[in-house]
Parts: sequence; structure tokens; C-alpha cells
Amino acid sequence: MASIKKPSVDAVLVGFGWTGAIMGMELTDAGLHVLALERGEMRDTVPDFAYPRITDELSYGIRGKLFQNLARETVTVRHNLGDTALPYRQLGSFLPGDGVGGAGVHWNGHHWRPLPDDLRLRSKYEERYGKKFIPAGMQLQDFGVTYEEMEPHFDRFEKIAGISGRAGNIRGQIQPGGNPFEGARSNDFPLPPLASINSALLFEKAARELGYHPFPQAAANASKAYTNPHGAQLGPCNFCGFCERYGCYNYAKASPQTTLLPTLLHRDNFELRTRSHVTRVNMSADGKHATGVTYIDAQGREVEQPADLVILCAYQFHNVRLMLLSGIGKPYDPATGQGVVGRNYAYQLNSGVSLFFDKDQPMNPFVGAGASGSVIDDFDGDNFDHGPLGFVGGASINCITTGGRPIQQMALPEGAPAWGGGWKKAIKDNYRYTASVGSQGSVMSYRENYLDLDPTYKDAYGQPLLRMTFDWRANDIAMTQFISSRCEQIAKAMAPKSYRVNARKPGDHYDLRVYQSTHNTGGAVMGTDPSTSAINRYLQAWDVPNVFVMGASAFPQNFGYNPTGMVTGLAYWSAKAIRERYLKSPGGALA
Amino acid sequence: MSHDSARRGFLRRSIAIVPATAVAAGCSPTPPPAASAQPTASAGNATPAAYTPRYFHPPEWAFVQAAVARLIPADAEGPSGIEAGVHEFIDRQMDEVFGHAAIWYTQGPFADAPPEFGYQGRLPPRDVYRAGIAACDAHCRQAFDGKTFAQLEPARQDEVLAGMETGAIVFTDVDSKTFFGFLLQNTKEGYLADPIHGGNRNGVAWQMIGFPGARADFADWVGRPGVQYPLPPVTIAGPQA
Ligand SMILES: Cc1cc2nc3c(=O)[nH]c(=O)nc-3n(C[C@H](O)[C@H](O)[C@H](O)COP(=O)(O)OP(=O)(O)OC[C@H]3O[C@@H](n4cnc5c(N)ncnc54)[C@H](O)[C@@H]3O)c2cc1C
Repeated sequence: MASIKKPSVDAVLVGFGWTGAIMGMELTDAGLHVLALERGEMRDTVPDFAYPRITDELSYGIRGKLFQNLARETVTVRHNLGDTALPYRQLGSFLPGDGVGGAGVHWNGHHWRPLPDDLRLRSKYEERYGKKFIPAGMQLQDFGVTYEEMEPHFDRFEKIAGISGRAGNIRGQIQPGGNPFEGARSNDFPLPPLASINSALLFEKAARELGYHPFPQAAANASKAYTNPHGAQLGPCNFCGFCERYGCYNYAKASPQTTLLPTLLHRDNFELRTRSHVTRVNMSADGKHATGVTYIDAQGREVEQPADLVILCAYQFHNVRLMLLSGIGKPYDPATGQGVVGRNYAYQLNSGVSLFFDKDQPMNPFVGAGASGSVIDDFDGDNFDHGPLGFVGGASINCITTGGRPIQQMALPEGAPAWGGGWKKAIKDNYRYTASVGSQGSVMSYRENYLDLDPTYKDAYGQPLLRMTFDWRANDIAMTQFISSRCEQIAKAMAPKSYRVNARKPGDHYDLRVYQSTHNTGGAVMGTDPSTSAINRYLQAWDVPNVFVMGASAFPQNFGYNPTGMVTGLAYWSAKAIRERYLKSPGGALA
Repeated sequence: MSHDSARRGFLRRSIAIVPATAVAAGCSPTPPPAASAQPTASAGNATPAAYTPRYFHPPEWAFVQAAVARLIPADAEGPSGIEAGVHEFIDRQMDEVFGHAAIWYTQGPFADAPPEFGYQGRLPPRDVYRAGIAACDAHCRQAFDGKTFAQLEPARQDEVLAGMETGAIVFTDVDSKTFFGFLLQNTKEGYLADPIHGGNRNGVAWQMIGFPGARADFADWVGRPGVQYPLPPVTIAGPQA
């Protein structure tokens, strides 16, 4: 029993990253008294990201000063149903955020809207290739919301974040130099694209000569000074090379701190409590509605916080885990295929090529920004004919230079020694002359890739950890093999001295040691059918209507893009439904 | 916000000053390799200061120095690991978050696992070092007439390191591959991290590879494809040259 009980609030937000900050703005705008509970510490540009301390690769990039502390809570992982899961003990494969701003502090800022087809993937594949094309055990689903419905919300986030980019499709008119495959947008980006660096120029030329359609990566790294609709100001990105894994000292990367908090933190009807770790959502005796949450405060005391609305904004994993710990929705069982919470966990599968150039072609790799570079979308989504290829999904292919931080971003040619004089010579000869072509591949959902509670391992508060059962399936490997052949084709056309391909092969297992992406998806999937989704198309829990669940946990499968454009778009979409419909008859189901 | 933009203006100016002085001091983009081939000749502040280890006992310290000297040896290409102070870096790391595994999940049960699951051992890195050094010295004493690792010829030391790297040399108390993995990882970190952590003294390794360090402002260099960046590194503590 909690020893402390706080006065009730209209809405409690669990977690205060991108989605928490957006919900805070939107719901305080509607006049609600909103409380955000964040397990981590307070963080702001000054002092936490101030120059020069933030340019410390060891502390931030390698030791992960801004990330989740796994000593308190982690996940366990196994490859298959019959295996015993082991803890994800050190950060590697993915890097969940912690503290005010969440992963929105140390993200790169690659901005994408999903393709219209991405949101109706099962329908699209069935229409074009027939039902039989989708392999048994692959649980493709439509999102339950259309691109057209989402468009105003994508547009809204782009204005809030000051996205720099070149439009490819404005109201159906294809624009030169943009992504010709993108869905129609109502407006151009608020800022022009970031300037291109050398490697991106080479990529662009090579891709164009091969008949592909390169365009500048849309970036939440401001190309110019910008004032957003809330009056928050961004400075121009100076290509410092310390972006992903770091906070931005330059006020150039969109984060909750640079775009929303300057307004939100001063509102009288908003309260933020940091170092408040939510352990469960409290439920009424009949289990039909939430009464608030319980959290552990900075002093280790258990606190009960009553609230009329509970909004989970705790990132994909933590949202799913809190639902399982609180008994919201029926847990998924891979044996029967019944139940919804934990269903359709997915991830991404990336491949890439490291390129090494001659001394007359310096790449100055340290000149970089989180999202500066050139991309093609020709082999993503259903932008190409999958019929003869026989797999589902694809990847965006990019040449992006985020920086040349020498511990982590040191690529060496095939055969370079790992240590000794040969290693020293190799880093000296290659560091300044490297570039990379990478792919970000979609991963589908499968019956046996899912999340539940671990039977053995516990967190610092004695609660079971979340268990991930996940491995690459044949479809994913086929996709990445095809994509890496395209990456290699482009890399060759960039005429390097040598190059090195890195792609998963048949028989390779999911590896926790190497960073892949923090684009974990699913587990609390959205949809229009309560037997295959945990939340409805407004992100409202089917079984508990005063609980809403934000974040990529809502994605029925993953696409070949970074997720935050969709994640933030969904938060605006859900907030609108709460403001305009839910609040008129609180406790009611929106779908 | 006006306060912030004033601060940003100040930052830009103060960063911009650094390169100017560095250039005036006559630093060339590629430091002459000869300077680092002879540590004493590179003189002044590049000479390793006397350092008393905080964590390692004397025989362990001899091992760490000997190993670092082989993992990044002295030659004409650039600074050695010792010259860069990597051994000092490693000692300091033993009392940091890394050495204590402070942000790793360290609760049991423990189980053997395929490598894809990462380090699954019970011991924090500082204890792996302690056990690994003892095991390596015991192995060397037995195999090479009572000599410790630090007392071996460089070529022999390389063989022992390679034996741990592949796991061909088997220890009983600790996994030789795991130990070597931490040692190599930390050695590279110490060589290439900002000098505030004790290694990469005066940014010597950054000079060798051409990383400008904490300058972190390249707006002017985006539009110059194919032109070598000319300025020497600065560190978090400021210009070093
Ligand atoms: C290194 C890196 C690079 C990335 N790059 C990109 C990119 O380029 N483009 C892109 O689109 N996306 C990128 N992402 C992903 C992006 O950061 C996330 O999609 C986004 O931040 C998710 O927002 P969120 O609100 O769901 O979660 P978060 O921003 O992670 O916020 C969740 C918050 O909840 C808190 N929390 C969790 N559990 C609890 C609890 N029990 N009690 C209280 N608080 C809790 C956490 O501490 C955290 O602050 C990147 C991520 C990382 C780590």
C-alpha cells in the first residue's frame, strides 16, 4: 500500500519525452490540470548539454550518460519460444531514453512521414500480390488510420520541430529534387534542407546516374534560425558532429527542450515531477477503468496519484510493460494467437557499406549533423515490385554523416588489424577518408516475435522485467540481402578505393551487442479489431477507456524509416480526439 | 530567449578564437610523424607525467603498461599508447561507471550464453581485470621460465595477447577472451577519447588521425567538398598545442 496519496489531477502523463511533452501542451491547452511523472532527472540545454562538456564522446556516446540506467530496469531477450531469456545487461542494440525530454534529447532528428501504403500494409499487399504472398506466421496489419487523416498532424509536428527538408509532393504535385514516393503534403517543410557534405554529394550523383531518386534527408536539425508556433526559437545547426547520443548545445536540434518546454513548463495548470518512477496503473475494482498511478518518488517512497485520465508516454517497451503489470488488456499468447498486449513486437534490420577513399578525396567525417545527408526511397515500402523478389518490406538507403567521433565511428577496411602497429596505421590512413552508405530496413511482425513478463528476472523495485522473444525471420534476411546489393551498387558508383559490405546472412541471429536502432515497435498495437489490437485507432485502450497509449508500441509492424514523425503525428491525432470528443463524455469509448 | 541568443553569440565567438591562435602557432594539418616516433623529442607537455595508479597493484600495473605498449606500440606512425597515457586512462576507468558496471544490469541468475547476448558474467570489469592479469601472469610464468607478461620479449607478448584474443589460451577463473576484449576496448577508448579522461594526452592521437576534437563547429566547412580540414584539435580543456 502506498504511504502517500496526492490530490487528484485531470490527467497524468507517465514519462516525459516527445509524446509526454506533446500531450502536456495539447491537454493543458484544453484547460486540463496535467501532471507529468518522469522517472529520470530534470534536463535542459544549459547546464546539461552545454559546450564544451557535451562534446565528450566517452561519457555520452560510449558510456551512455543520457540513456536508461539498466541497473534499475532492463529487458530480457531470447531468440525462440523454447529458449531461456537472458538480461540485456549492457546497452548495445537499442538505447532507451531517460530523464526530461526522453530519447528526444539524444535522437538524430531524421524526420519521416510513413508512406500512405505503410499504414495499410496488409490491404496493399493483398491487393497487389494476392493473399498467398504473405507468408504463414507473418501478422501484417493495417494501422486503422489513413495517411490522409494523419496528414494535418504530420504537418503540425513539422512546424513545431522546424523540420528542414525538400518536399517531394505538395498537394499531389511532384516537386523536383524531393522524394517522389512520399504522400501528398499540404505544405512544404518550414525550413530548406541542410547543406550537403561531400559524401552526400557523391551519393546523390551516383544514385541519380543509376536512375534512382535521391533527395536530402529531412532533418530536425534546423538549417536556419527558426521560431515555432509556440514561440520557441531554434538556432542554425553548425554541423558540430555531436548529435545522436548527445544533447544539442546549439539549440538547433528539435527536442522537447527546444520546442515545447519553454512554454509548457510555465503553465499554471501543468506540473512536472522528476525522479518519479511509475510502477503501475491503478485500476478500479471491476478492472474497467483506471483510477490513477502508483510511483516511487526520489526518496524511494511509494506514492499514489489519482487521475481521471492516464496517458502512457513511457516509450514502447515501458508502455507495454506497464499494461502487463497493471492488467490492462489481455496478454498475448503465441501458442494460441489469442490476447493482444505484447503482440507484434518488431524492430529494424539495417545493412551498410563502408567506403574508403584516396587521399585526394578527404571526407572530413567530423563535419556532420544528426540527419545531414542524402537518401533514396526507391526500394522502400512498396515503391518497387516485390512480386519476383518474394519478400515483404524494404528499406530507405542513405548516405548520412552524423559525425566522425573516433572511438565509435572509426571504420576500417577489410583485413585491417584490430590492434598493434597495423591498427594504428590503419586508423591514421583511413579516418579522414571514409564515408558510408546505410540502409534502414523494415521488419514485419510474426506470430512468435512478442513481449511478455519474464518469469525470473526483476527490476530494482522487485517487479518482473519485460521479456522479448525475437529473432530475424527468413523474410527479413531476404529483404536485407536484396537491399545490401543495392547499397553496394551505389557504393561502387561512388568510386571509392575500396569498400566493405556489412549485412546479415541466413542463419544470423539477432545480436544485442551492436547498436542497430532505438526503433522498437509494437506490443500495444493500434487497429480497428479488438482481437488483434490493444488500442483503438485513437490510441485508447480497448478495455480501459480512460487509458491512452502513445508511442511506437502502437505500430502493427515496422517500416524502413525512423519512427518519430509517425509517433508525434499520432500523439497530435490522439490529443485532438481527446479534446474534441473524449472530454465531452469522459470515460466513453471513441471507437 | 534573448539571453540565450546572446550566449550563443558568445559561444560562436569564443570558439572561433581558438583556431586563430592555433594557426598562428604554426600547426600543420598533418603533424610530422617523426615527432611522435621519439617521445622525448616531442618534449614539454607530451611527456607522460608520473602517475600513481589508484586501482592496480604494482605487478598489475606492470602488466597494464606492458600490454598497452604492445596494443598500440611506439613506431614512426604516431604516438604510442603509453605516450598517450592510455594506461592511466585504464586505471581511472576502474573506478568509474565502467569499472564498477554501475549502469549494467548485474542481477542473477547467470548463465552461459552465445556471444550475441553480450557479456553475461558475474564480475564487474575491474574484477575481470584483476582476475585476468593474475591468470595471464600465472600462464606466462609457467610457459616462459617464471617470467611475468611484463618481463617477456615484445614478440612473445604479442603471441600471448593473440592467444587471449582468440581464446586459445584458456584461464580457469576468468574467460581470457572476455578479459582481452575489455583490455582492447579500453585501450582504444583511452587513445581516442578526450584527454579529460586521462588518455590521448594533449590530443596526440587526434592529431595523428586528423580529428579536430571539441571544436564542434563546422558550419563553414560544409560547403567545401574535397578540401582537407586544416586546423589541429582542441580538447574540452582547450587548445593543447
Ligand atoms: C540514439 C537515438 C537516435 C534516434 N534517432 C532518431 C531519428 O533520427 N529519427 C527518429 O524519428 N527517431 C529517432 N530515435 C527514436 C526517438 O528518439 C523516439 O522515437 C522518440 O523519442 C519516442 O518518443 P516517446 O515519447 O515515445 O519516448 P521517449 O522520448 O523515450 O520518452 C519516454 C520517457 O518516459 C520515461 N519513462 C519510462 N518509463 C517510465 C516510468 N515507469 N515512470 C516514469 N517515467 C518513465 C523515460 O525516462 C523517458 O524520459 C532515436 C533514438 C535514439 C536513442
